[in-house]
Amino acid sequence: MAVGTKRDGAVPLTLDEIRRYQRQIIMPEVGGVGQRKLLDAKVLLIGAGGLGSPAALYLGAAGVGTLGIIDFDDVDMSNLHRQILHGHKDLGRPKVESAADTLHDINPDVQVIGFREPIASDNAMDIVAQFDIVVNGSDNFPTRYLVNDACVFLRKPLVDGSIFRFEGHATVYMPGSGCYRCVFPSPPPPGAVPSCADAGVLGVLPGIIGSIQAVEAIKLILGRGTPLVNRLLIFDSLDMEFREVRIRRDPSCPVCGDEPTITELIDYEAFCGGAAASVLS
Amino acid sequence: MRLTVNGKPRDVDAARTIAEFLHAHDVNPQLVAVEHNGRIVRREQFSDIELTEGDALEIIHMVGGG
Repeated sequence: MAVGTKRDGAVPLTLDEIRRYQRQIIMPEVGGVGQRKLLDAKVLLIGAGGLGSPAALYLGAAGVGTLGIIDFDDVDMSNLHRQILHGHKDLGRPKVESAADTLHDINPDVQVIGFREPIASDNAMDIVAQFDIVVNGSDNFPTRYLVNDACVFLRKPLVDGSIFRFEGHATVYMPGSGCYRCVFPSPPPPGAVPSCADAGVLGVLPGIIGSIQAVEAIKLILGRGTPLVNRLLIFDSLDMEFREVRIRRDPSCPVCGDEPTITELIDYEAFCGGAAASVLS
Repeated sequence: MRLTVNGKPRDVDAARTIAEFLHAHDVNPQLVAVEHNGRIVRREQFSDIELTEGDALEIIHMVGGG
């Protein structure tokens, strides 16, 4: 059966789609059926920054049909050494607009839904509910806990990534198999985190971690391979080493455990000098 | 006592428990998760778990940037 042939009621691929995605369609793990899954998928990116940039670029290029991007920030000169969705010409523009332009330039067929607002307890559930998978490129702990909890409540897969200086983490939290709070039950106390603005980050680092997140999101959509579930991948770019730590659901987890104590979203105070989203944004 | 810490061998003398190990290495226990011989240890148990020769520890720092 030809790739573009209608099957199982699915919308057939167009000639342009077959041309655009041929190099991945020819792989049996993808095929026309997998490409249709990608085109029908809705992925939400938390942040259009260091991690969100490569993740969005590769997901969009791969033909993930709908990309939601939530980021209230504008493009700043200090973003450009790592946030490759944005260019010098975009300075001062809202990141969601700059991101949409870049993504449409690469793949005009991707629908980009921009949310130019902070994510918080009053909008997180509504926004997350519209998508199949969440890719976390958040730049601060309050948002990380908020997004984790929303994904637990809505039973959405969370493709998690984080970076700091030369180190990056990546893992996938699937509903029922553990969450961020199983590893880190509560946010760091205010003042305990190193000054975020001064900490710095290697520009390439989010390129690697964000790309890993894109791979994991695509695998989840296709239902192929072994997802990075119950494994926390730790990347040390200075020593060029990957380590893996086994993680699992904690029955006493405050949000996904047997007797959860957290049953609604929490807006934690910002930890980093009061500017929650300025951290490596 | 010889431990494996974050994949590398390390001689540790001054620490009998995970909590003492973290303290000896100036690590704030509120900013890390600890895996002890392949199991994530709950923070409240850091003082209870005694280290023995050959144990493997992974100290996982909270990383929040994006």
